[in-house]
Amino acid sequence: MPELELLAKIACYVLMGLTVLFAILVVTVRDLFHRALWLAGVLIAIAGIFIALGAEFLAASQILIYVGAIMTLVIFAIMLTGKISEKSIARTNIQWPIGLVTLTGLAFFMIRIITQTPWNFQSTSMEAHISVLALGEKLLGIYIFAFEIISVILLVALIGALVMAKKDNSSC
Amino acid sequence: MLIPLNHLLVFTTLLFCIGLYGALSRRNVIGILLSIELILNAVNINFVAFSKTTALAPEAGQVFALFVMAIAACEACVGLAIVLALYRNRKTVFTDQINLLKW
Repeated sequence: MPELELLAKIACYVLMGLTVLFAILVVTVRDLFHRALWLAGVLIAIAGIFIALGAEFLAASQILIYVGAIMTLVIFAIMLTGKISEKSIARTNIQWPIGLVTLTGLAFFMIRIITQTPWNFQSTSMEAHISVLALGEKLLGIYIFAFEIISVILLVALIGALVMAKKDNSSC
Repeated sequence: MLIPLNHLLVFTTLLFCIGLYGALSRRNVIGILLSIELILNAVNINFVAFSKTTALAPEAGQVFALFVMAIAACEACVGLAIVLALYRNRKTVFTDQINLLKW
């Protein structure tokens, strides 16, 4: 159905535009709490792009991990640090004009590279639809070592965060 | 493929540069962490886009994107723990006031 495909295409471009708009708001808005909410908007839009790319499992984990877990953590941290969005406090450091100019240059340079590169498309991966089953088989097949390392890293991060954030005790 | 690869790559480049600008220009440590999340997400979209078009093994990109997500979760939780410890001890979250180790 060509009409449906056209509609899906328009939806994709709208999602991409919204993501860039929200991302600009994330780095420019003054209030930190509002910025966290705009970031949640970015993450949800990116989940939509994942669905458009045929990565449904990634879209689900994006919503669960990023929007569900990380954003909650960030909002908790914003609430606990408090009193930081007052009007009188400067929100950018002195090097922001240099950063803006350099990154605009970098963006133009990279876009030039992207548009001039002849991409070597593989028809097998363009036609492949990766199911959750295939993903899990790969994850516990050839990527099993990385998978186990990730679980150790998660445990270390958990213990590290606990030790770091707990109240200082003079006895230990 | 619904969207051409070039358009997706240009989009992720913009996202990456916006995130990098945020990480370089903001004073608040939590703001910098938010910008780093933007950068990691741009990379994730690139992984999936390449696994859909030019990869020899179509699953590899999605598996790597999952690993990036796990590392991002670790980074957020350790980073925010450091921010909280910092706020408790020094009463500030601004990068230019955290200069105890500078001379």
